[in-house]
Amino acid sequence: MIDRNDPYFWADVLDTILKGAGETFYTVGVSLLLTIVFGLAVGVLLVTTEAGGLLAKPFGSRLLGIALNRVLDVLVNMGRSIPFIILMILLIPFTRLLVGSFIGPTAAIVPLTIAGVPFFARLVEIGIREVPTGLVEAAQSLGATRWTILTKVLVAEAVPALALGLSTTVVGLIGYSAMVGAVGGGGLGDVAFRYGYQRYSPEYMFGVVILLVLLVQLFQSLGNFAARRLSHR
Amino acid sequence: MLTLTLERGEIFGVVGQSGAGKSTLIRTINSLEQPDSGSVHVAGRDMTSLAGAELRQARHDIGMIFQHFNLLSSRTVRANVELSLEITGAGRSERRRRALEILELVGLQGKAAAYPAQLSGGQKQRVGIARALASNPTVLLSYEATSALDPETTRQILDLIRQLSKDLGLTVLLITHEMDVVKRICDSAAVMSEGRILEQGPVEKLLTTEKSLLGQALFPLGEIPETSGSVVEITFTGIPTDRPVIAQLARQHGLDVGILGAAVETIHGRQTGRTRLELPGDEGTVAAAVADLRSQGLFVEAIK
Ligand SMILES: Nc1ncnc2c1ncn2[C@@H]1O[C@H](COP(=O)(O)OP(=O)(O)O)[C@@H](O)[C@H]1O
Ligand SMILES: [Mg+2]
Repeated sequence: MIDRNDPYFWADVLDTILKGAGETFYTVGVSLLLTIVFGLAVGVLLVTTEAGGLLAKPFGSRLLGIALNRVLDVLVNMGRSIPFIILMILLIPFTRLLVGSFIGPTAAIVPLTIAGVPFFARLVEIGIREVPTGLVEAAQSLGATRWTILTKVLVAEAVPALALGLSTTVVGLIGYSAMVGAVGGGGLGDVAFRYGYQRYSPEYMFGVVILLVLLVQLFQSLGNFAARRLSHR
Repeated sequence: MLTLTLERGEIFGVVGQSGAGKSTLIRTINSLEQPDSGSVHVAGRDMTSLAGAELRQARHDIGMIFQHFNLLSSRTVRANVELSLEITGAGRSERRRRALEILELVGLQGKAAAYPAQLSGGQKQRVGIARALASNPTVLLSYEATSALDPETTRQILDLIRQLSKDLGLTVLLITHEMDVVKRICDSAAVMSEGRILEQGPVEKLLTTEKSLLGQALFPLGEIPETSGSVVEITFTGIPTDRPVIAQLARQHGLDVGILGAAVETIHGRQTGRTRLELPGDEGTVAAAVADLRSQGLFVEAIK
């Protein structure tokens, strides 16, 4: 139980919250890395496999392009339409299969990544779509390979939009991580749930809330700053 | 279906109204678009038969500039030019050297570190030209390259293209809907409509060709009015100040010459004009007058 007269009470609060924050950083950090890699790929593919796109005919097959486009679109929509709390529960068997358990910070990475990828992919898609097609044509006229066009034109030109999308994604992931935490995923959500809710301690609850607000502020500002610095339009 | 042949080192303009097929034509030259049939040969290569690495290699030899410049906003001027050299696989120091060299050639020394957003339209097109020419192509495709520029800047860019064409031995194919472009820099021109070439040839030759569409477009004299007499159009290069052609015509043939219209244009730096005259009088007198004008080396077209 909570004992506010314990001389170590505040030290414990701080310790617990910091430990929770550490777990949150770990969970969100790893899922973010995976989200960036897969979300970028999916977002780029969504745009480029469309008719007339750079990868409209992967390996010379338009059919493959269409299939890829449709499948990714459906998967992304599914990921975006299932409420996270349900997705989390839905993924329990899969998570268990993948990491051996569905409890703890490592297990939390699975649903977070699966929710994060479609979220980020849509933002990547928007960013890539904003790159004028004339730039692709100019690179083609110079004799660029598709890979060069992908990396040096489409992605490079979308970087400011990607930075903004990334900060929005981080914020989303932090929110999701708190949800996973509440059902055994560790981290700040776990702290808020076990101490703040189950043991009625506003100290823990507000500690977590303040930290979350600060983190969200920080990442959003970072994203805005980066987007502004990186954009030369 | 059309046939177009360019001489090495010449500036060839294709004009035509919107929808004539100009964009389609220029885009088949570097295979941005594939023709349904026919072939495109550039510097001995059949572009339509190329794919993959061979096509990319061939594109290094064909520069292209665009109406909206198509520069990467995320890269500095120098880095935009270097993109061309990254694609051809040049090393770092060579890229830098060549980029600065070509930027100087297009008059942009000192702008290497600027971003495209900080430049004027004319400067952006200069970057476009530098990027297109960095890999030493033999052909330059100009895709409505001055259509987004004001008249003064258009002239500067056209003069630059002419200069570069001369200095580097570049063959230039340009498409445009602006007659001024043809007047200012084209050696040869073609008029397109509905996917076909209606006429083509050296500009000066087209100007002295009967019923030339290019001639009519370059000298807009308007509709032919109702007249009782015959109507002829005289085209002359260089203003004949020492030869009062019309006064002489009136005096020697006893004709009350009426001037229905006149246009003077600077074509290739030379004053060239076309005058539409009404010649009242019987057939014989008019025929003699026309023969007289022709004997003076003037191009005379009988309109009615
Ligand atoms: N040689 C051709 N044969 C058949 N269709 C053509 C040909 N040239 C152009 N077209 C068609 O005509 C339309 C207009 O062509 P476009 O190149 O955009 O004209 P412009 O650039 O002169 O406005 C396009 O739909 C194109 O497919
Ligand atoms: Mg066009």
